[in-house]
Amino acid sequence: MIIKLFKYVAASILLYLIFLSGCTNKENNITTIKFWAMGSEAEAVIKLIPEFEKQNPDIKVEVQQMPWTAAQEKLITAVASDNTPDLCQLGNTWIPQFTALNAIIPLHNLVSKSLSVKEENYFEGIWETNVIDDKVYGIPWYIDTRLMFCRMDVFKKVGYNEPPESWEELLDLSRKIKALHPDEEKYAIYLPTNEWASFVIFGLQTGVELLKEHNTLGNFSSNGFTEAFSYLTDYHKENLAPIGISQVTNVYQAFADEYFCIYISGPWNIPEFKKWMKGSLSDSWMTAPLPGYKNEYPGVSLAGGSSLVVFNNSEYKEEAWRLIEFLSQPSSQVEFYKLLNDLPAIKEAWKDPILKDDPYMKAFYEQFFHVVATPKVPEWEQIAFSKVQQYAELAARDVMSVEEALRKLDHDVDKILEKRRWLVSHKNE
Amino acid sequence: MDKSATRSVYFFLAPALSAIFIFFFIPVIAAFIISFTDFDIYALGDYSTVRFIWFTNYIELFNDPLFWTALRNTFYFVLVSAPLSIMVSLGAAILLNSKLIKFKAIFRLSYFIPVVTTLVAVAIVWRFIYHPKFGIMNYFLSWFNINPVDWLGDPVWAMPAIILMSVWKNFGYNMIIFLAGLQNISEELYEAAELEGASSWQKFKSITLPMLAPTTAFVSIITMIGFFQFFAEPYIMTQGGPLNSTLSIVQYMYHEGFKWWNMGYSASIAFVLFLIIIIGTLIQFKLQKSH
Repeated sequence: MIIKLFKYVAASILLYLIFLSGCTNKENNITTIKFWAMGSEAEAVIKLIPEFEKQNPDIKVEVQQMPWTAAQEKLITAVASDNTPDLCQLGNTWIPQFTALNAIIPLHNLVSKSLSVKEENYFEGIWETNVIDDKVYGIPWYIDTRLMFCRMDVFKKVGYNEPPESWEELLDLSRKIKALHPDEEKYAIYLPTNEWASFVIFGLQTGVELLKEHNTLGNFSSNGFTEAFSYLTDYHKENLAPIGISQVTNVYQAFADEYFCIYISGPWNIPEFKKWMKGSLSDSWMTAPLPGYKNEYPGVSLAGGSSLVVFNNSEYKEEAWRLIEFLSQPSSQVEFYKLLNDLPAIKEAWKDPILKDDPYMKAFYEQFFHVVATPKVPEWEQIAFSKVQQYAELAARDVMSVEEALRKLDHDVDKILEKRRWLVSHKNE
Repeated sequence: MDKSATRSVYFFLAPALSAIFIFFFIPVIAAFIISFTDFDIYALGDYSTVRFIWFTNYIELFNDPLFWTALRNTFYFVLVSAPLSIMVSLGAAILLNSKLIKFKAIFRLSYFIPVVTTLVAVAIVWRFIYHPKFGIMNYFLSWFNINPVDWLGDPVWAMPAIILMSVWKNFGYNMIIFLAGLQNISEELYEAAELEGASSWQKFKSITLPMLAPTTAFVSIITMIGFFQFFAEPYIMTQGGPLNSTLSIVQYMYHEGFKWWNMGYSASIAFVLFLIIIIGTLIQFKLQKSH
């Protein structure tokens, strides 16, 4: 009886499988390539596609939109089920993960043959984020980094006509701003502890390697990182920065209200700040490169943005590459900026008046020459989002000392990197 | 039953059984096996890097402070909000069942609305309610000269805030079930008790509660299982913070599995949670039986 039951079950399973297997489509002469892009980038890039299809009548592009919040899950699931697109937009910190998955192909052969995509067209630090083991896996599409949004009117009130250029100046300025309203609930700077970026940026500014021994061990309790970490958490302990995150539901409003006067963030905030800083406030704010450690100015920041990658499983790698070349032309890049405010990756595009004459863009252009990549290991996102953030909050709230927090951080990071250590030692055997 | 009848029984059961087999048993067994491996992002790229590590995931889990934090938070949540939710819904059901109340349909509807509203929308609205500066909660408290509380930003208050919200959100469902249970109690019992001169408390204690025992058992088990899996509330309102004070076990599992792709570790968390829920259910069965 049980055998019979299994027979029926097996037969039904077969039926389901037949249902599930789809059918494949082939069209004559025209190749359809699948391009996955995230959120508003997908909406904007659809507007550029007709021009590409006009120039390349043999290619049709199918753009699929993924929400940013679910993109990584969706992509990795696609890799696991061999269901990847031909090309896709990838946050450049995700590239190590997708190379570990063997999902994307190195592009150096295509780059060396290409007339338009050349390494020297890009900002060095940005290009570098796409290079793993001396091979380039992604072509920067649009870029971002973090710098200071400053309330210049308040700076002037306390005697700073120029934005601060060093750690000492930033601290001094913050104390003076706080002293303007000692009893009110107002702060100088916003350093949310649920964002790892500031902590990592100031660590990188000291020149320290965040991970050591071929990125297989944490190096957070090193002198450089300890100095940066205690420097930043002191802002919270001295009450120069608000400690909770829920008071600030709207950073733009808070910035306009002088709830804080310095905010370290990226270009995606520019349109919103323009919207909120209206009337008499419109001239009161400016962007500025980050202050530097010791005598370096500007200090380094993070090399962020999205790259375009080609998937291993794609049958139309050449066609996908032609789309990448099209999107990397200065004209497409400027067009994309106009549609979306995403900053162009090509240096050439920055000569366009729309960027050159925008006062808020000057600092970004300058900053992009001083950007560095975070450690290029698949585990980095986990380290940054779950661990750096967790211990930054604990140290900022004074639950544990900076030394203890960083020792524990290293311990946790070493545990996360255990598999990597095993793989590295395995490879050498 | 003759042979052809059994055959047709299997025939009609087969689609449902095979669906359960494919979409339930196979994944569960696969997850159980994965929980003994270090399946992660490297393994997705190259299956040869999977290591069979026996109980290492489980041992690591027991040494993982974050797991204990998540477990403690989950127990805190279940032990406070499950009884609270059951009491509130029983109270509401009794009130609604009373003959004195008019416009019952309106009350029933308005108590039930939170249940059918999307949790995401509700959570966002409650985030505004709890806002330390502009929230209505602190505004009410200010009438009683209570200083503003940073509900979701303070590690001590974040969990009570979430409990309050989820009790409000969920009590309507249990209330409807209790209401059905109450309407099943024969009116004659109350009439007989009244003739003997029983007070309303005595009637509640000696008639309502015992007669509701099966309903209460059902409600408490379902509520417990549901609350053990609480996820969306902290996911949307606090992301597990501040200081991990609202990190739930399911949220931790989700992070490990779908954010960091430590599938092996994540699967082991799932099975520990499974064990806990089974034990919880067994204890409740025992308690119900001994009554």
